[in-house]
Amino acid sequence: MPRLTINGKEVEVPAGTNLIEAARRVGVEVPHYCYHPGLSIAGQCRLCMVDIEKTPRPTIACNTQAVDGMVVWTETDRVKETRRSVMEFHLINHPLDCPVCDQAGECWLQIYYMKHGLYDPRMTDEKVHKPKAVPLGPHVILDAERCILCSRCVRFCDEITKTGELGIFHRGDHSEIGLFPGRELANPYSANVVDICPVGALTDRDFRFQVRVWYLDATKSICPGCARGCNIEVHTNRRRPHHAEGRRVARLKPRYNADVNRWWICDAGRYGYGAVDDKTRLRAPSRREGEAVADATWEEAIAAVAGTLGRLRPDELGVIASPRMANEDLFALRRVLERRGIRRVGCRVPPREPGDEDDILIRADKNPNARGAALLGLDGDAAAVLAAARARQVKCLWVFDHDLLASGWPEASVEQALRAVETLIFTGPNANATSERAHWVLPSAAWVEREGTYTNFEGRVQRFRQALEPLGQALPAWDILGRVLVALGAPAAPPRAERWFGELAAAVPAFAGLSYRSIGDAGQAAATGPA
Amino acid sequence: MTGERILMRNFDRPDSHTLAAYRATGGYAAWAKAQGMEPAAITEEVKASNLRGLGGAGFPTGTKWSFIPKGHTGPVYLVINADEGEPGTFKDRYLLERDPHALLEGMLIAARAIRAATGFVYIRGEYVEPWRRFDAAVREAYDAGYLGKGFDVVVHRGAGAYICGEETGLISSLEGKKGWPKVKPPFPAIKGAFGMPTIVNNVETISHVPHIIDRGGAWFAALGTRTQGGTRMFSVSGRVARPGVYEASVAITLRQLIDDLAGGVTGNGRLKGVVPGGSSAPILRADEIDVTMDVDGLRNAGTMAGSAGVVVMDETVSIPEALLVVARFYAHESCGQCTPCRESTGWIYKMVRRIVEGRGRKEDLDTILDVARRGAGTTICAFYDGAVGPYLSYIEKFRDEFEALIAK
Repeated sequence: MPRLTINGKEVEVPAGTNLIEAARRVGVEVPHYCYHPGLSIAGQCRLCMVDIEKTPRPTIACNTQAVDGMVVWTETDRVKETRRSVMEFHLINHPLDCPVCDQAGECWLQIYYMKHGLYDPRMTDEKVHKPKAVPLGPHVILDAERCILCSRCVRFCDEITKTGELGIFHRGDHSEIGLFPGRELANPYSANVVDICPVGALTDRDFRFQVRVWYLDATKSICPGCARGCNIEVHTNRRRPHHAEGRRVARLKPRYNADVNRWWICDAGRYGYGAVDDKTRLRAPSRREGEAVADATWEEAIAAVAGTLGRLRPDELGVIASPRMANEDLFALRRVLERRGIRRVGCRVPPREPGDEDDILIRADKNPNARGAALLGLDGDAAAVLAAARARQVKCLWVFDHDLLASGWPEASVEQALRAVETLIFTGPNANATSERAHWVLPSAAWVEREGTYTNFEGRVQRFRQALEPLGQALPAWDILGRVLVALGAPAAPPRAERWFGELAAAVPAFAGLSYRSIGDAGQAAATGPA
Repeated sequence: MTGERILMRNFDRPDSHTLAAYRATGGYAAWAKAQGMEPAAITEEVKASNLRGLGGAGFPTGTKWSFIPKGHTGPVYLVINADEGEPGTFKDRYLLERDPHALLEGMLIAARAIRAATGFVYIRGEYVEPWRRFDAAVREAYDAGYLGKGFDVVVHRGAGAYICGEETGLISSLEGKKGWPKVKPPFPAIKGAFGMPTIVNNVETISHVPHIIDRGGAWFAALGTRTQGGTRMFSVSGRVARPGVYEASVAITLRQLIDDLAGGVTGNGRLKGVVPGGSSAPILRADEIDVTMDVDGLRNAGTMAGSAGVVVMDETVSIPEALLVVARFYAHESCGQCTPCRESTGWIYKMVRRIVEGRGRKEDLDTILDVARRGAGTTICAFYDGAVGPYLSYIEKFRDEFEALIAK
């Protein structure tokens, strides 16, 4: 392992580490545009110049590997002058349209100009004009005038998705990013190019012109879109509720996790949060009698549900849990099941269409917590529960999240089962055909409205945090289940997700020793072999 | 001072491009000799000759060959740079057209030295006749059994970009990619074409190799200066009585080249300036031409030997207009990869154009000089430094001409 000195600080780094990464280890930021740790070295932006003792002039840090005994200075006068010059070159043809640019506020041209530029502009000639507002695909739009030609997007499509839609066309200051003829930027990861674009050249068609980034709050979360559990940030807009047509979640962004998703997320996950703010959200408990649906209070709903659960024999009760529920919810549910001795429990419901899968991130299982359900012993096939309902052995069926009528099962047989039960209870954040048939609807909070943990397909337990208040009267599922548990006679139920997790960790060997603190931001493996 | 013609010795024969004519004048004898030599011995002979790259950079050829990693077991490639794009340079086309077998024989010998089984010849796209002649010579060489027995030659035509004459830009283009120079390290001798160790040499450089093997490195070294051996071909253009290609020792002075070989200055007869090594070489004033034309002689004079494209300007030539032509060229040909070059070649062109069109501002000249100096040495390849040569030297040496246009 080479030992080198950066700005007077000694550091030992693995062989092959470049000077940008080596500097990071001692807390030194080397400004750069084209370098990205997940992509090949381009060496094009020329901003990451540093001084290396015994070299005649500043050298790019991205393409220089740390060597034993190397002495590096990142803030010499000539390095600062070079940076200023390179910043000027980057900006002479830039339109400087920050007031109408979505990137403003998180733009590396703005940030580096303020940190490393601050020259007086000298360019008075006509700038080069290039295409603007060019849709590249369903999610990404290009402003070629803002582009600094760092080629990150091109390399992403060449090296990560290997789809090769983008190229740099023409030469000199007429160079521009574009699509190869007949191509469209429509690969399943296309919007990552927006994240890695350091400027406002590639923006998100979904987020464009919705809300200024400085009004957004960021919350660490986990994508619930499939079993991978990509680490994300949820960007919420609470300060300008009149913007973006009231959408509280403005966008999802990938959050780096070396062991899960690195820097990336798929488009399906990125844009899969629409249900959080849409019209199907269930805002209050409700009761249906015949065709009449009426809101109820939580007290009425909990009392009614607990009353039914308490009145019927355990084998007259059926539960279809969901691999979309967090570990905390599933454990609270397990406590309810144990209390009433309920054995007719299922969880797995076949999807109508098999899920797509690839060897990058996307998993065929579109549920975030199937592995957690399995570790909690709640992964049984729900078909048996439904069959028992059809056979009129089940009088009360409690369904979580699923729309059984949109599943892979024949609709008629599901319909028959749902009609056969006396009491159908539904818990979930959004209405669906199943909830419409329920006698009691207990609305649960969406994943961004609460905290909890999911266990991904590799057995990694990961925390997601609360970004928003629950809509209407919705409650976290663990809270609903805790209230039912108390109504069934339990002395008390944990008041917070973290406490539920503590009980879970104490009771389920796979989670032994885990806590919210130990899981942290990066997740922690459950004590289990691979699935 | 003109001495013996080596590269151009057969140029006057109408059939000089044919295998028969080449063999009749001793062709392929050096290859026969080289086949009895160890590869390392060939490289040593070339090192002893003081042969330096004649494409522009002037790097010692034998030294370059010795950079191929010892013990490498995969393919090694020899690439011939026949892209000849440097403005003012038109020598390689003559070699391809009039003595293509000299290049092929040089390639065979060089390939033996570096243990290459494949040679690529990257020919400038606009060079149609040179390509036809060379391609025909390749076919002759296959038919005669020189090629195809352990060494194959692939002829590749460029598509018209100056940057594809840059060593690694050429390799990118050869690989089927956009002709963008590559970040170094790794250098081509370690990881070049298709990821394999690669030596890129100029046409003229390799055409010298048979003679060096035939007559010895010491003979070749003695033809030139202490640090550069041999002759080279000077492309002389502009205001001279006899523009054309002249072969002479690298020890010839610029004055001898203009007056003795090219017939002296025309126009009004009074010399204003000379670009000695292609458009990237800083310009010399009339009082600066008593310099030898070898790599070090011109470097010491503050310019460079480059590709030996000599452009002569008499006193009627407007230096600002000449710079406009050059600035337009570099703005047009910048590959666009590195920010300083991509952005400032265009910017400087706009400023020079404004000055020439009579819309110059007082601060423009200092801005150009400052922008050029700031960008110099900050890019992946030498293209921008090549543009900075004329930007700085034209303005520094002929500033009054620019100021006169601005004052108008």
